[in-house]
Amino acid sequence: MNRVLTIVIGALIMLAMATLVLVALPYRQLKDESPPEQLKPYTIAQLRGRATYVNMGCVYCHSQQPRPASMGPDGLRGWGRAPVPSDYVYDYPHLLGVSRTGPDLFNIGARQPSVDWQLTHLYQPRSVSPGSVMPAYPFLFRVVAHPASGDKVVTLPPQFAPKGGDIVATQEALDLVAYLTSLNHTYPAPTDDSGAMP
Amino acid sequence: MSRTIGVPIGAMRGINASRQAVMQAHLGVIAQLQVLAGRYLVPTVFLYYGDAIVNVTIGALLALSFLVSVLGLFLFIWALTQGLMRAGPDAAQIIFEKGEVGVVEEPASSSKQREALQNIERKSADSVFGALSTGLAATSPELEAREAQDRSSRAAAFAFLTSSILWLVIGSVAGLIASQKLTSPDFLTQYAWLTFGRIRTAHLNMVIYGWASMAGLGIALWMLPRLLKTTLVGERFAVVGAGFWNAGVAAGVVAILAGWTDGMQWLEIPWQIGILIAVGGALCAVPLFLTLLRRKVDHLYVSVWYIAAALLWFPILYLVAKVPYVHFGVEQAIVNWWYAHNVLGLWLTPLGLAAAYYFIAKVLGQPIYSYSLSLVGFWSLAMFYSQAGIHHLIGGPVPAWLVSVSVVQSVMMIVPVLAVGINQHMTIISGRVSALKYSPTLRFVVLGAVLYTLVSLQGAHEALPFFNRLVHFTQYKVAHAHLGLYGFFSMIMFGSIYFVMPRVLDREWPYPKLITWHFWLVSIGFAIYFVFLSIGGVLQGIAMLDPTRPFMESVNVLTPYLVARTFGGLLMTAGHFVFAFHFFAMVFEREPARSGRAFIGGAPSVGA
Repeated sequence: MNRVLTIVIGALIMLAMATLVLVALPYRQLKDESPPEQLKPYTIAQLRGRATYVNMGCVYCHSQQPRPASMGPDGLRGWGRAPVPSDYVYDYPHLLGVSRTGPDLFNIGARQPSVDWQLTHLYQPRSVSPGSVMPAYPFLFRVVAHPASGDKVVTLPPQFAPKGGDIVATQEALDLVAYLTSLNHTYPAPTDDSGAMP
Repeated sequence: MSRTIGVPIGAMRGINASRQAVMQAHLGVIAQLQVLAGRYLVPTVFLYYGDAIVNVTIGALLALSFLVSVLGLFLFIWALTQGLMRAGPDAAQIIFEKGEVGVVEEPASSSKQREALQNIERKSADSVFGALSTGLAATSPELEAREAQDRSSRAAAFAFLTSSILWLVIGSVAGLIASQKLTSPDFLTQYAWLTFGRIRTAHLNMVIYGWASMAGLGIALWMLPRLLKTTLVGERFAVVGAGFWNAGVAAGVVAILAGWTDGMQWLEIPWQIGILIAVGGALCAVPLFLTLLRRKVDHLYVSVWYIAAALLWFPILYLVAKVPYVHFGVEQAIVNWWYAHNVLGLWLTPLGLAAAYYFIAKVLGQPIYSYSLSLVGFWSLAMFYSQAGIHHLIGGPVPAWLVSVSVVQSVMMIVPVLAVGINQHMTIISGRVSALKYSPTLRFVVLGAVLYTLVSLQGAHEALPFFNRLVHFTQYKVAHAHLGLYGFFSMIMFGSIYFVMPRVLDREWPYPKLITWHFWLVSIGFAIYFVFLSIGGVLQGIAMLDPTRPFMESVNVLTPYLVARTFGGLLMTAGHFVFAFHFFAMVFEREPARSGRAFIGGAPSVGA
């Protein structure tokens, strides 16, 4: 067989079929999702924090999609109910994630609302979570000899504190924590007719 | 022009008949598989998601997509059996010149090894063919034509392969750093660009777009003139394309390390930079189609199908997934995994299979086992692989019908995999296993082909909800991804590069021992990597599924296996350094010179 055109057309039909089923139909089905009443749009600070979450690559270890009870004990771990597409309407880019080197964070704001804990954890995860393999993010913090009045000082166990001075959160760290503590989808699942799994 | 076959006619007819029978048998098996899948698998999937399928339209859609797939496949099988594709065994011999069947070509081995290789071939050929062709005379016009073909693609192949090897080395160092960070989390944390989430992503983008894609393109561009029996037209487009592609990958990696990313897995390179890669890819498609127009063959070998389709598919995939501000929320996740899965399935897999189909046959001097089967493999790959991507979101907030489609298609992937597997393995098994000892190309390519079968069957398995429940979100998936991209694709590329470079540079590999070192370092390293990470991933999954165990246990249980993974990765990286050293020693003509020139066509020592 020697027809280039057959290969070209055949190949394009195959891909068109896949695009229709896997891209176009879901687009059509999901484009009119409206946000649940209790889900608030991100604030500017939360959006800046979300950008940091994205560019630090948090998504490579943390999912944001608790599984339904039939697929695992996520609910029993306190990670929350199975989400539906409308829970994600404000998310760009999406951060569903496919790896759980660390726990799911879809409801971390409800599980751990303390800003102080979050800051300490980001500066040195092992100071509050022994055995954690999460990287430390010291570059989101500054060491100062004398914190100024507006500075957010990070509380640390003595063995993790610097020799002299205090650890102060940068605006980037504060924004990131603003985003993390905003992750709260504990409101009841909106009625959903998209056919998502229960 | 190459319809005449360099084998005695009587013997050939016997083969035709027996191959025909074997092919019919294969087709029968595939048809049965389809029916089985239809009868048992679909109801299972339906049952599993039974309560989720809320109305008839969704179920109907799923059934319809399955039906269309099955019908399509039957259509192709029917077309094949009716001879509409005219793909008899003679088509498989299109890559050989008259008198070349039964003559080995292995530029990567020494003349002594080549002699041994030829003896093996002669022995196994004796039993099949009853006679042996004598190979091409050193001054035949066919040989001169092939030398001209090889010359015509030198610059393009050289540009792509050299870049790919540089990306391989840098990419694996980045991977090694990322791996080490998972067991010593305070290693290199002072700078943002070295944080796990960025260095891991740099690793992925360098090995996918830098190493794998560029190696695949380089090998494809080199094979094209040989497959089409003409010189490469528009080589300059490809060379410029290599420049664009390199610039895109380099800028993309710098952007990722600096914190500028589009944020979706496999699509992190910002779209503004991605344009460079798209332009580079488009420039590579120019010589493909120009050369196709000038082809001097009356049959397009299956490798051409794969290459042409891959070069068509990739730009569309990239464009649809990268177009900014269109996708949103869960829909974006769907597009994300449709793309990420298809980069492997519709871009790298076709390029890898194209190389395997050519080099296995060419090194051995034997047409592949069943040519018709290879065409079934091609179309079923296109159909099933392209719709399998959403199995990455099983259990997620995506429409249930969509997951079901992908699960069904993932399992259907068994069809193309068996087609390719039977074909490539049978070519080797029929009395030629010992050839692996003497041909570096074959050693790598055959290992890659075996692992292709393995990774695809594993992938079909992972899509099944009961198993997905266990291994989703774990390191098992990382091991699986490496089995595909490294075990299958990279191994085939290593082998292909060993074959191609002596032809590109017109000189031999200076240190044959280093090829052996490369092979064992990466094979043992990868075996450690894969086995330990898979076991660790399963243990991690078991820990995560048990609500009575705190989450931290799933972290702790993994640690020793991650250490083993780093060690395996270290061996692999060492292998890459050996490979790169050898490559550049060859490029810069370092001593010791061997026979000076890799003989083309039949080795002078054939002596039949």
